[in-house]
Amino acid sequence: MKCEKCNKPATIHLTEIQGGKKTEKHLCEQCAAEAEGLPVKAHTPINELLTNFVLAHSGLSKEPGTACPQCGITWGEFRQTGLFGCEQDYAFFDKDLSPLLQRAHEGATHHLGKVPARQGGTNVPVKRQLDLTRLRKELARAVEAEDYERAAKLRDQIRQAEANPDSPS
Amino acid sequence: MKLSDLTSQAGEWLRGSGPMSEIVISSRIRLARNISGHPFLARCTRHQRQALEHKIRDTILTANLSLRTLYVDLEAAPEIDRQLLVERHLISKPHKDAEGARGVAIAENETLAIMVNEEDHLRIQVLRSGLQLEEAWEQINAVDDQLEAALDFAFHPRFGYLTACPTNVGTGIRVSVMLHLPGLKLAGEIEKVFRAAKDMRLAVRGLYGEGTEATGDFYQVSNQTTLGRSEDDIISDFRNVVIPKIIEYEHQARRALMSERAVAVEDRVCRALGLLRSARLLSAEETLAMLSHVRLGVNLGRVKDLDLSKVNELFLLTQDAHLQKLLGKKLDEEALAAARADYVRRRLGAA
Ligand SMILES: [Zn+2]
Ligand SMILES: [Zn+2]
Repeated sequence: MKCEKCNKPATIHLTEIQGGKKTEKHLCEQCAAEAEGLPVKAHTPINELLTNFVLAHSGLSKEPGTACPQCGITWGEFRQTGLFGCEQDYAFFDKDLSPLLQRAHEGATHHLGKVPARQGGTNVPVKRQLDLTRLRKELARAVEAEDYERAAKLRDQIRQAEANPDSPS
Repeated sequence: MKLSDLTSQAGEWLRGSGPMSEIVISSRIRLARNISGHPFLARCTRHQRQALEHKIRDTILTANLSLRTLYVDLEAAPEIDRQLLVERHLISKPHKDAEGARGVAIAENETLAIMVNEEDHLRIQVLRSGLQLEEAWEQINAVDDQLEAALDFAFHPRFGYLTACPTNVGTGIRVSVMLHLPGLKLAGEIEKVFRAAKDMRLAVRGLYGEGTEATGDFYQVSNQTTLGRSEDDIISDFRNVVIPKIIEYEHQARRALMSERAVAVEDRVCRALGLLRSARLLSAEETLAMLSHVRLGVNLGRVKDLDLSKVNELFLLTQDAHLQKLLGKKLDEEALAAARADYVRRRLGAA
């Protein structure tokens, strides 16, 4: 679908209901940002992520009707609502879920950050902390200089520095 | 503490006293958590949903999170009370409109709110005035620890905290900073904000706007990525990078406006104040827009007889449910507009 204002691909889709009448708007990010205050870049709706994903990967690893033995949800049902049925679904649908997670979370595949005490608590090695501090300072400077391209690169480096040492980088 | 105590004043987060509060209205952090061994809400039976609500309610009320904790059973609460909680940013709109066993716990002078059975079993929120992200994180992290001592949260070593929607998985954290940016809006430079946020993968949206308008010039910046980055790192992007930049842009815009278009700005501020002090009917939208100009006027030293906390409070207390609660009755649209105008005139010390 194309942006109604400039013909670039539309990424922002807005439906409004006013006075019982539903209107739809389809805009590219830029045109949406220019239309003052339009809620742009809100959390990308899961449905959109799913649609993109399904277009890009037509073959699923599980038979479409396979249901989680715990809660009974199928991948197809998950796709309709964007909501899982139980905590087992992440591991159960792992293969199909992975590309979707990467899309939603800047390529990430592994959790970083707080770990519940009953799961062993949190700990971040000191060396890594120091590297990260340096990178974050550079990042602040890049943004200060409005060098957003460099800032984006530094963000990636920070993420890599944070990533689990044992994960493929 | 009763629900009706909430109507006559604003919560801590609107006091206008936090750091950078001339531009940063509030800092919010929320954590999504689910309890291991229970289905997520989409797959809960009525009975399972009720059992969860009871279990979480009991845990919250016995965990001594605060000296005073108010728990509202939202399945039983009337519409107007639920709307009041939305207006105070204590529950989400979907939570207000949902069905079945659900609730919210409110504590610590409304800086802490825990939604029970929203999209996830628990949605813990800390909301503080001005730019106070570290303080908010400290507070919410401690609450999370306390709850975790009693509840076994669903967690996976690779995926992190498991949430109903995969867009929240990992830390389950959503950091949101609410900003008042009338200078950038007047100068026609609001896209600077979108640009600064976009490259950091942060989302910006108008806060009070219906559809396309950011009424009142309030914008909310929040993170989208929750997996693969630590809480500290996510918060650091806001605290050290994006928010200082946006604040600087807004200051620049205000300085430029004052040196190049001082009379035009003053005209807007004075007209807004005049309108608010004389109108007999005020819609919610007009009130927001006019209060935004007045707030700018206070910040620029152009309005001497009002302070920020009073203006902030008016944003909150002039909303539909608040007015109806204050007056103790349900009002139709025109009666609401009249009540709003009366209330604003009285609070602004006008005829
Ligand atoms: Zn366009
Ligand atoms: Zn399941």
